[in-house]
Amino acid sequence: MEPFVKLTGLAAPLDRANVDTDQIIPKQFLKRIERTGFGEFAFFDWRYLEEGVPDPSFTLNDERYRGASILIAGRNFGSGSSREHAPWALGEYGFRAIIAPSFGDIFRNNCMQNGMLPVELSAVEVDRLMARALREDGYRVTVDLESQTVTDGWGFCARFEIDPYRRDSLLQGLDDIGRTLELEEAIDRFEAGFLASTGSY
Amino acid sequence: MFQKIWDRHVVAEPEGQPPLLYIDLHLVHEVTSPQAFDGLRLAGRSVRRPELTVATVDHNVPTDLRPGPITDAIARNQIEALRRNCEDFEVRLYDIESPRQGIVHVIGPELGYTQPGKTIVCGDSHTSTHGAFGALAFGIGTSEVEHVLATQTLRQQRPATMEVRFEGELPLGVSAKDMILAAIGQMGVAGGVGHVLEYTGESIRGLDMDGRMTVCNMSIEAGARAGMIAPDETTFEWLEGRPFSPKGGEFQEAVNVWRGLSTDCDAEFDAEVEIDCAALEPYVSWGTNPGQSSKITGSVPELSDFEDAADQENAARALEYMGLVGGTPMQEIVIDRVFIGSCTNARLEDLRSAARVVRGRRAAPNVRAMVVPGSTAVKLQAEREGLDEVFKDAGFEWREAGCSMCLGMNPDILAPGERCASTSNRNFEGRQGKGGRTHLLSPAMAAAAGVAGRFVDIRDWDLGD
Repeated sequence: MEPFVKLTGLAAPLDRANVDTDQIIPKQFLKRIERTGFGEFAFFDWRYLEEGVPDPSFTLNDERYRGASILIAGRNFGSGSSREHAPWALGEYGFRAIIAPSFGDIFRNNCMQNGMLPVELSAVEVDRLMARALREDGYRVTVDLESQTVTDGWGFCARFEIDPYRRDSLLQGLDDIGRTLELEEAIDRFEAGFLASTGSY
Repeated sequence: MFQKIWDRHVVAEPEGQPPLLYIDLHLVHEVTSPQAFDGLRLAGRSVRRPELTVATVDHNVPTDLRPGPITDAIARNQIEALRRNCEDFEVRLYDIESPRQGIVHVIGPELGYTQPGKTIVCGDSHTSTHGAFGALAFGIGTSEVEHVLATQTLRQQRPATMEVRFEGELPLGVSAKDMILAAIGQMGVAGGVGHVLEYTGESIRGLDMDGRMTVCNMSIEAGARAGMIAPDETTFEWLEGRPFSPKGGEFQEAVNVWRGLSTDCDAEFDAEVEIDCAALEPYVSWGTNPGQSSKITGSVPELSDFEDAADQENAARALEYMGLVGGTPMQEIVIDRVFIGSCTNARLEDLRSAARVVRGRRAAPNVRAMVVPGSTAVKLQAEREGLDEVFKDAGFEWREAGCSMCLGMNPDILAPGERCASTSNRNFEGRQGKGGRTHLLSPAMAAAAGVAGRFVDIRDWDLGD
């Protein structure tokens, strides 16, 4: 996994609440058996009119946000389906951090398994970032995982919380399975005791 | 109950790390697993406990001809990948032609794999369904699927608990689907985030297992990690004699253990929600998330009904997408399609309740109605009871088992602008097909809408019972 330490990038706003993973990557694109090839279909139903013509009314199609790596989103972002294709699609689209007042639980986990940082700030703080991203050209934000802060060049500074274990994994780009296999003996011991005590049920 | 199950399954809790939780049952399907198996291959890892892993094909299988060709080459590729993966890693697969094939959340309980006290995961958010048996069951992403395959464990921060208490008696004609739609409406679609819900109250106790599964299934639509109902005699009776339930004397021993799981009277929850059953009616969703629903005797809301500006904006967007005008009585909304199916409402009792409504009646001429059983076993049993004939006589299509139009990964989808009365779980934009308009409701209400061509109050109908 690619480590996430500190990222400064163009911020793109998506000012909608409850954006579910069906919107992030619609089901017709879930049939691939690889982890790649989803970026071009991110937000497909919102991004395109008929026959692949970009919808000019969709914010992310605005030229000003081309190359954005930080997404500013509404509350409960990534709710619904557990599809990890959602962070895969967002990552390939170019986003490495998402800032929102809240996230769907499974989506949040899925992001962190892919070197992508979901940052939870208060609604007031997100509103401020959202307004600036909508108003200012080339609005850039810095997400620093080491200091757990979000800053911009305009005096915005907010601290965010993150599970220390996840933070460590992201900072060092550690593979979760590898870390768990360090505990293999504990799993062996547990299985021996647990199965002996419960039998087949 | 949650705490008992959680504590029994903690393998290790190293300092500064989330607890490592042992997983008793891992259910696998074709859409969220291929990348996980590939990950194992790349790292030279194996499946730690193949005998605790069970696979089936459900999300993108066709529901018309069977056996028949899967004409979508990419879908076929995904199904073939699962076959290859199950063979290479020695995982049991209920393939498309197996009499045990079906939606993963229908066959798990049906075959007796799902049992009280187990930890159950699947790369699918509706895994919460299995909580109806007093299991701790939740959906995970593909990386976590790989983690469970490799280690039979999962790293999980301990979630908070929330009691959702249904107070009072359930009025006649109100179903499990109405209970959960009402609860989500009250809690909001993020009301359960970070929590495991436990449903309690006499009305929950009074539900059969199919109804309990409907309730737990939609826990994720309130944002919750999982939903649970304490096991009782109804649960044990349902499980006895299932293919993978404990047998003979072992079953009685198991029941003794399971009884110990029931919630202590003095159990404390981190949060509590109370639903007043006396106020419940049949519900129909009007918006684009499952929290946006209305009583059948009510109307589509006006924007002025919402106090919060963000809610108002959401509702405005939803009404525009749904092609609805605030103030329209729910019973004046005309539909084009009916979908009776999904892991929420495609079990035997669901089909029986829908069949009771359509028996001797006909689908409205403007409506195309489809019934998709949750599993091949449900389909066969329904056919033994003659339900297929009841549906077919009424002009409803009778299909093969699968997820079908709940998420439209197979050819069963809505055309843009089509309005569907659906027994599924999500009315998200485009869920059943781009531009499609989904209204969530119970099987009986969906069947009645199919007959009337619009939403109706099932309590007004004489069903001869």
